[in-house]
Amino acid sequence: MKLVKLSGIFLLSSSLLFGCSNTENTSSTEKKKETNNTASKALENVSKEYREYAVGEIEEFVKATEEFTKAVKNGDLELAKTLYGPARMYYERSEPIAEVFGDLDPKIDAREGDVPDEEWGGYHRIEKGLWVDHTTSSSEQFAEQLMKDVNLLRAKVDTVEVTPDLLITGAVDLLNEVSTSKVTGEEDRYSHTDLYDFAANVEGAEKIYQLLNPELKKKDEALSNEIQTRFDAIYSLLNKQKSGDGYKLYTELTEAQVKELSQAIDALAEPLSQIGIVTEAS
Amino acid sequence: MTKNTNLQDGTKMSRRDILKTAGVGGVGVILGASGLGGILTLNESKAATSNLTETIPFYGEHQSGITTKTQNHVYFASLDVTTTKKAEVIQLFKDWTKAAALLAEGKAVGELSSNEFLPPKDTGEAAGLSSANLTITFGVGPSLFVKNNEDRFGLKQKQPKELVDLPAFPLDALEEAWTGGDICIQACADDVQVAFHAVRNLIRIARGKAILRWAQTGFQRTKQADPKSGTPRNLFGFKDGTANPDVKSEKEMDEHVWVQPGDGPDWLVNGSYLVVRRIQMFIEVWDRTTLKEQEKTFGRNRDSGAPLGQKDEFEKLNLEKKNAQGGFHIPEDSHTRLSHGDGTQQILRRAYSYADGMDVKTGSFDAGLLFLCFQRAPSKQFIPIQTRLAKIDKLNEYTSHRGSALFACLPGAKQGGYIGETLFH
Repeated sequence: MKLVKLSGIFLLSSSLLFGCSNTENTSSTEKKKETNNTASKALENVSKEYREYAVGEIEEFVKATEEFTKAVKNGDLELAKTLYGPARMYYERSEPIAEVFGDLDPKIDAREGDVPDEEWGGYHRIEKGLWVDHTTSSSEQFAEQLMKDVNLLRAKVDTVEVTPDLLITGAVDLLNEVSTSKVTGEEDRYSHTDLYDFAANVEGAEKIYQLLNPELKKKDEALSNEIQTRFDAIYSLLNKQKSGDGYKLYTELTEAQVKELSQAIDALAEPLSQIGIVTEAS
Repeated sequence: MTKNTNLQDGTKMSRRDILKTAGVGGVGVILGASGLGGILTLNESKAATSNLTETIPFYGEHQSGITTKTQNHVYFASLDVTTTKKAEVIQLFKDWTKAAALLAEGKAVGELSSNEFLPPKDTGEAAGLSSANLTITFGVGPSLFVKNNEDRFGLKQKQPKELVDLPAFPLDALEEAWTGGDICIQACADDVQVAFHAVRNLIRIARGKAILRWAQTGFQRTKQADPKSGTPRNLFGFKDGTANPDVKSEKEMDEHVWVQPGDGPDWLVNGSYLVVRRIQMFIEVWDRTTLKEQEKTFGRNRDSGAPLGQKDEFEKLNLEKKNAQGGFHIPEDSHTRLSHGDGTQQILRRAYSYADGMDVKTGSFDAGLLFLCFQRAPSKQFIPIQTRLAKIDKLNEYTSHRGSALFACLPGAKQGGYIGETLFH
């Protein structure tokens, strides 16, 4: 979550130029209209398919969160710790959709310091309880609230309109998330399960690529192949860091391995950022 | 989590929108504060510096950035090649050549697409700037030919005998993080943003084929600050580069800098070997050293740059001259005497200072010299010189060599050709 990094700039700009931000909003609405007009029928179908995928992930996220919060409330520390990393993966895969609800995202996924302390709850708050306080007892209330918020997310997600725009920016945004917080070990700073989030973001990006790929191949087959090769390269690096059904802890990685993963994400995200050519007329 | 920040009224601003808005606000504030006077000053200074906006041709017999008059700034990058395909390496050099030629003219590396769902081809921070005498120089390291005993791209038989890792010198304190590389890019310009923009875009073009291994910025005093264009001073306060060969003399350059036919493989003729050393300078220690000791360490007068016992910076070194006590004016362990040797070994130095903030371990400045020197044959030039220096140079008490690399800087390219053509063809 990036709220904090931005807030300084945001306060400055809003106090200096409050009127200007309205203009910005108007122009971005106009841009959106253009998008919808230029997007082809094929992309509309892709958007529909992606919506189904994301809803499916969020349904799984609800189930996984049920198990996780149940373990917390039952006082089963070890089980809760085991369920934490894998449960988050459903959310991380469908982040372009899940994030649309700007009010719920911080409640579910804010890291310490992202929001005022008294408002901080959600997955990372419980993470701190489990790994730093070594207890579930401090987290029972947060588990209760998290479950409510995730159920609300599931209810709201049916209302999301998936646009080609959201898909095109979403694919690269998922990898940007990896570059800016997962690969630095800042996402899961107490549990060090960052590689679960890392892998899930990559999988979420790959899903979008796969859905857009038939169109992409028509426009630029070489680019399509290049992207696939780079996805394969990331998976081969991630597979080296497997541990049982999951992944090694971030703290078990060497500096060289972190750098290698980070540079492999850059190598993938650069060609993936060209995926917008699918909006061009053939 | 999300990149969007929610406004009170429920509308959303993307990160980009916020930055854009902040940027506009910033300009408003600056103009507001400085008013018309500020604008006039800007225009005037632009006129005064117009002589800095020259363009240095990218294409030519030799690469630029070697005998080019040293610009104010360098951004130096060492890269590792990650692709295993020779065809991709060749394509990379072709793409780089085109981009570098555009950059040298002060142009963007690509047109702005009409499709707003694509990121811009050029990163944009040099838009509207002149080329600021930008030169981009490409070199290849020994590890491009053979790495871990593997002939990576079928180039092994083309590897020159001179292009091998430098020997370990006494007192070397090399760190892996600052050493070696398959390819180097040296971008020099009279504007630091122009130099960075060049390297940034070239690295971006290389994604998936090559990655950054290490990078270092460097600076000299600017031409604006030194209108007389004297010999630049290093961070020890001494003039550095007085004894360079004359870049205007074709004869001297052929003799000392450019690889000649018969020197080694033909593909490197008109190229040059680049030795890079990242030399940390313990400036806090230096600063508490007496002037006399400092001057004896260099063998020169700090103020004038003249050899000790002599008057003028550019006077021929008199190494035999003795003082009243019967000792040499220029001490036997001084940097100048040892560098000079018998005077037959010459290198073309193009060094820059660096200052990278604080050394977190010690709390001292992390500052020093990005030593860059060009030559025709390292085995006959840099290596014997450094061998002498590493043994007894008094300056070693105040410096530590942390990084090192050797590259063969490729010959220049003709328009329509590409850098590296003679090697990969």
